[in-house]
Amino acid sequence: MKRIGVFVCHCGINIAGTVDIKRVVEAVKNFPGVVYVEDYKYMCSDPGQNLIREKIKSEKLDGVVIAACSPTLHEKTFRNTVSQAGINPYNCEIANIREQCSWVHTNMEEATEKAIRIVKSIVAKTLLDESLVPIKSPVVKRALVVGGGIAGIQAALNIANSGYEVVLVEKEPSIGGRMAQFSETFPTLDCAQCILTPKMVDVASNENIKLLTYSEVVDVSGSVGNFKVKIKKKAKSVDYEKCTGCGICVEKCPVKVPNEFDRGMSERKAIYTQFPQAVPNKPVIDRENCTYFQKGKCRLCERVCPFGAIDFEQEDEVIEEEVGAIVLATGYELYDVSNMGEYGGGELEDVIDGLTFERLLSSSGPTSGEVRRPSDGKVPKTVVFVKCVGSRDPEHHFPYCSKVCCMYTTKHAMLYKHRVPDGKAYIFYMDVRTAGKGYEEFYQRAQEEDGVIYLRGKVSKIYKSDGKLIVDGFDTLTGRKVQVEADMVVLAMAIRPSSGAEKLFNLLKVSTDANGFLTEAHPKLRPVESLTAGIFLVGCAQGPKDIPDSVSQANAAASMISVMFSQDYLIHEPIITGVNEDLCSGCGICVAVCPYDARKINREKGTVEVNEILCEACGACAAACPSGAAQQKNLTDRQIISMIKAILEE
Amino acid sequence: MAKPKVAFYWCASCGGCEEAVVDLAEDILKVVEKVDIVFWPVAMDFKRRDVEGLGDGELAAVFINGAIRTSEQEEMAKLLRRKSRLVVAFGSCAYLGGIPGLANLSSKDAVFETVYKKVPTVVNPEGVVPRTETDVDGFKLKLPDFYDGVRTLAQVIEVDYFLPGCAPPPDLIMEAINKILTGELPEKGSVLAPEKSLCDTCPRRDSKPDKIKISDISRIAYKKIDTDKCFLAEGIICLGPATRSGCGERCINANMPCRGCFGPTREVLDQGGKFLSGLMSIVDTQDEEEIKRIADSVIDPVGLFYMYSLPYSLRMKFLK
Repeated sequence: MKRIGVFVCHCGINIAGTVDIKRVVEAVKNFPGVVYVEDYKYMCSDPGQNLIREKIKSEKLDGVVIAACSPTLHEKTFRNTVSQAGINPYNCEIANIREQCSWVHTNMEEATEKAIRIVKSIVAKTLLDESLVPIKSPVVKRALVVGGGIAGIQAALNIANSGYEVVLVEKEPSIGGRMAQFSETFPTLDCAQCILTPKMVDVASNENIKLLTYSEVVDVSGSVGNFKVKIKKKAKSVDYEKCTGCGICVEKCPVKVPNEFDRGMSERKAIYTQFPQAVPNKPVIDRENCTYFQKGKCRLCERVCPFGAIDFEQEDEVIEEEVGAIVLATGYELYDVSNMGEYGGGELEDVIDGLTFERLLSSSGPTSGEVRRPSDGKVPKTVVFVKCVGSRDPEHHFPYCSKVCCMYTTKHAMLYKHRVPDGKAYIFYMDVRTAGKGYEEFYQRAQEEDGVIYLRGKVSKIYKSDGKLIVDGFDTLTGRKVQVEADMVVLAMAIRPSSGAEKLFNLLKVSTDANGFLTEAHPKLRPVESLTAGIFLVGCAQGPKDIPDSVSQANAAASMISVMFSQDYLIHEPIITGVNEDLCSGCGICVAVCPYDARKINREKGTVEVNEILCEACGACAAACPSGAAQQKNLTDRQIISMIKAILEE
Repeated sequence: MAKPKVAFYWCASCGGCEEAVVDLAEDILKVVEKVDIVFWPVAMDFKRRDVEGLGDGELAAVFINGAIRTSEQEEMAKLLRRKSRLVVAFGSCAYLGGIPGLANLSSKDAVFETVYKKVPTVVNPEGVVPRTETDVDGFKLKLPDFYDGVRTLAQVIEVDYFLPGCAPPPDLIMEAINKILTGELPEKGSVLAPEKSLCDTCPRRDSKPDKIKISDISRIAYKKIDTDKCFLAEGIICLGPATRSGCGERCINANMPCRGCFGPTREVLDQGGKFLSGLMSIVDTQDEEEIKRIADSVIDPVGLFYMYSLPYSLRMKFLK
């Protein structure tokens, strides 16, 4: 039998105030296996820990029970202490007589009796504890970044600059994401493209970054340190080795389709680059709209290409990459205006969303930065901006705040006034939220210097009358109905996770909140990690946020990944649920139950196998295993039963 | 040298275990070549006093089948324990309580009420039920006491080995006898059958899907399934995953799912509870109502999951 030492902590008066320590010490002495008992005022202090180490040696202890506070507090501390004295740390257990006893009771007699039983049960457990060794697993020092917007770009550059390889996957033909569509950025009015495109070029020229555009993640297996990712590279129909990006093919292509990048306000060709600063700056053929792919004739691009780069035979290709960590930067899209029937969304051409207005303001946009409305190209003299459209509306749409609309709407109104000084800009708002450096000043400037008119209230209806857009609203500050005749309306639509992201999140088994945004491991202390080890969340995939927040998150995730990659091995807790091969008959019930895909039937051996790295020790399999072959290490059925017996014994 | 002496005895059982010994066929001759059977009420005419006449520990082994329901069975078990160097609990009833153990769901009075009064074939106008003492013409007649519950043999006397099965198959019986004769016995308290559960040797094991999920529970009488398909994967309750192997898959080969007569494996304290936990873990829905519907579709859950092991279950152990 093990030689167990029990160390009872007073925790000042935290425990000793309610539990009679002397009685606990006396009672414990008679438990089977206990050879030494001592109490001390603060066991976690240096003298306390020294005492434990000394007694382990002098009493030749091989098991230690610390009766003190919750294991979440000091289990690590004491396991360290005992291992310094040569005991395997997993033979040290904590009997929680503070949170689960002294703090929740007032009657000393009963609390003492309970403390004795708690200690007794932990002694019973410790008697059956096995010595365990942490599981080491090698780390593939490469990262995958999904999404090539500002968050993904920033994360990729940082990881790459730390000396590790990065695979950056972007579903569009070019990286850049939403930020590439923006005009200027609040609150400094920097040109978005001017600050973004150098980073895009850095990505392309960074030797550590493998850039896969026009590509999607289709399958993921493995676990932290060792993911295997399948990526589908969609056929570009252009050989990028040969293409120089001269653009003749684009110029000559006879097919014109609405340009998604400009939110449909301009046209692009069937062979196209997304925008002039695209990275890579080489075209792809949109096969859905290409005459050759649809009707079998044309091939004009092939004829005009001076380099023979057009390749109609190219096929989708699935490649496999091994990575140790994954960054999800899948970004966002706007809730569609057609969801707002009462605002004429989708019906009235001049009722547009914020991103469309960005394109109207952008110097590389369809109007070269002049504000002209979509319906007839006229310069609107009155523009109404409506905030919180679809956001903060739990009854009809989404309950959350989209966070960036207050600021970008202010910016929109300001930029509109700069472009059309005699125009009028109205903003309907519920609140103006300007928490951010320089944000409040920016908002004040819009009102004071640019004469933007803020109306506090909601818009009930937008309709067309006599060629004007009639905006019916309510000004809650004056308590009166307001009606504005507008030439154009810009709706600050709710921010939503990218479509298609959900599929990817399911593939990766990362959890999302009720609104589809990724859930962080801890809302305060682990804000860029997912609950699945090795998968990180950055940018709007995790929730609406502005550029500086996205960049900060990307930096944070990159630094965590660099820390992870700086180690040769990942250390995994050895408390897992294994398989006793002498008992396992391969019935497979545990396989279906495991939420981490850690278990599978080995048909040759006829037993179940566990991937120890994937096992998170949730215990679902141990509960389900009908033959008792699946047992949680150091929390076996035998241990639980002996603990229950110890507690119930008179 | 005198041959070792052995005895067979039956308690609360159906007689099937006795049949199992006879089922050894010609092999029984090999047994009697090597041992003297000195007590076997079902087959040979010996009396209790013959056992009482033996010296303590004179028997090499006694094979006791059946659960303990009456005072007579308890007395005989204790007597045989004293006379024998080894006691083998023979068959599911002695080991786990068996089918008679399901009577633990009813009290002694309820059992008498049904058996002696309510059963349609019983004519008992005076409502007589068994009593331990009856006066007849000035004489006192005595009957053994019918206890309030059924116990396993090990809950009454110390048992050295357990031979499971309803009834135990001939090969395991011969193996047990040979082990006793050669003295090559495992650790005391062992079950003399393989460690793994039935899926290990099930002829249908290869049909098992990678992940077993069920969305409906049916019964073999109501659902036609291919005779090479895993019962459980087809939604038919089969206790194979929770039951020790060694039976020779007699039921499975007759297209009947396992009912658990071999009892749990070594690390399992409660066969029915453990199986139930596994079964409900593979129910393929998160919807509360649907889970309830599926759970409710199990007819007679105690009778199904604890068909052979109710007196051996945790609940019964804690009640004692």
